[in-house]
Amino acid sequence: MKEIAASLVTETIRDMCIQANVILPEDVAASISVCHAQEPWPTAKETLEELLENMEIARQEDLPLCQDTGAASVFLELGQDVHITGGNLYEAIHEGVRQGYDAGYLRKSIVADPLRRKNTGDNTPAMIHVDIVSGENLTITLAPKGAGSENMSRLGLLTPSAGRGGVVDFVLETVRLAGPNPCPPIVVGIGIGGNFDLVATLAKKALLRPLDQPNSDPYYQELEAELLEQINALGIGPQGFGGRSTALEVNIETYPTHIAALPVAVNINCHVARRMTVTL
Amino acid sequence: MHISIQTPLSLETANSLRAGDTVLLSGEIYTARDAAHARLVELIHRGEPLPFPIQDAVLYYVGPTPAKPGQIIGSAGPTTSARMDVYTPYLIAQGLRGMLGKGRRSPAVVEAMKTHGAVYFGAIGGAAALLSKCIVKSEIVCYEDLGAEAIRRLTVRDFPATVVIDTQGNNLFELGVQAYLDSVK
Ligand code: SF4
Repeated sequence: MKEIAASLVTETIRDMCIQANVILPEDVAASISVCHAQEPWPTAKETLEELLENMEIARQEDLPLCQDTGAASVFLELGQDVHITGGNLYEAIHEGVRQGYDAGYLRKSIVADPLRRKNTGDNTPAMIHVDIVSGENLTITLAPKGAGSENMSRLGLLTPSAGRGGVVDFVLETVRLAGPNPCPPIVVGIGIGGNFDLVATLAKKALLRPLDQPNSDPYYQELEAELLEQINALGIGPQGFGGRSTALEVNIETYPTHIAALPVAVNINCHVARRMTVTL
Repeated sequence: MHISIQTPLSLETANSLRAGDTVLLSGEIYTARDAAHARLVELIHRGEPLPFPIQDAVLYYVGPTPAKPGQIIGSAGPTTSARMDVYTPYLIAQGLRGMLGKGRRSPAVVEAMKTHGAVYFGAIGGAAALLSKCIVKSEIVCYEDLGAEAIRRLTVRDFPATVVIDTQGNNLFELGVQAYLDSVK
């Protein structure tokens, strides 16, 4: 059994909020560089160059990469032998977000009620998912995510006869409908299987996987590659002004499902694919 | 290659721009997002004056991050323009000449742009740190209670943008994609 102080969780989340909004994960930065190198269309290449420049300015001057510093999505892998001391775990997370968005001069973009829409003023609450795992570690992943790309995400309850082709069509249709709105080049997180609620979480978790790590199942690895190629043949390009680089990567996560079901969810992320993981 | 443009944006200048042109904007522009748009259109419906001169104005759809001490403004890239679409035709009818944002516009907005002569510019979504460097002055005009959504008067210098939809309704989201696809055929 390991004891982890709630205050440590707060401090960790606070620091993660500040850093994740300024510096992209290495795999994302590398992927944008590769797209830039491979882009044949001059205007698209120019846009990608400006994205690289933006990353450089953000890092050098300690500025948020994007003004939409997002909702704070927090994913925990909580070892079942961990004991959180000195406070409530959820409260500790919210407090970390509160402190991080204040100290980091990040934008507060959360309203307390979806219809009455009053800003909470501190970017809380965080959007929290917890998985209980073996062991005595607490692994925290923070993924601040803007609404521009989130609003272009879709969920479809297909039926088994739709099969692989139906999934491919649904994903391509989603990317086409999204067009220029989610700030392409995008990252496409896909959930397949489970049920109505689980499939959306799978899609979001697919966005947490580093871009240089394909699915471990060769069948889905191949589907990821095929989808990436088809998406980049749509011609949408950076900002939707035309070009090859519509998506940086496609990540798929799957789960068993019902004999009569084929749920699919597509969670779109922008090129500012922020993500940071710390293990306590 | 880049066309330098001064705001306020005259009808003549607006008419000279074509979808796909890249421009550098200089002068004063105003910020407004969803909540500010709702208030502006309510004023129009009530027949009351708007809080800033709308004739030939350029609106920037942005909600910046808070400025750190000593900074003019925080990171300030464009937000999705489509959320403003239900309000935009009313503002264009009042004289609004240019809009700066990202993503598609509705057919009703494009119609109003053609009728009254307005231009839709795209700024690079997600390049907010870079774009903030082109903002040399920022002051709140009104609606301070809206926080990041308050209306600000920004002075910009050589702010890079692309003409996405021109006064004739030509649309780079269609033309640019088609041109690229033709090039790889
Ligand atoms: S979609 Fe991403 S890059 Fe575009 S404005 Fe939103 S957070 Fe920023």
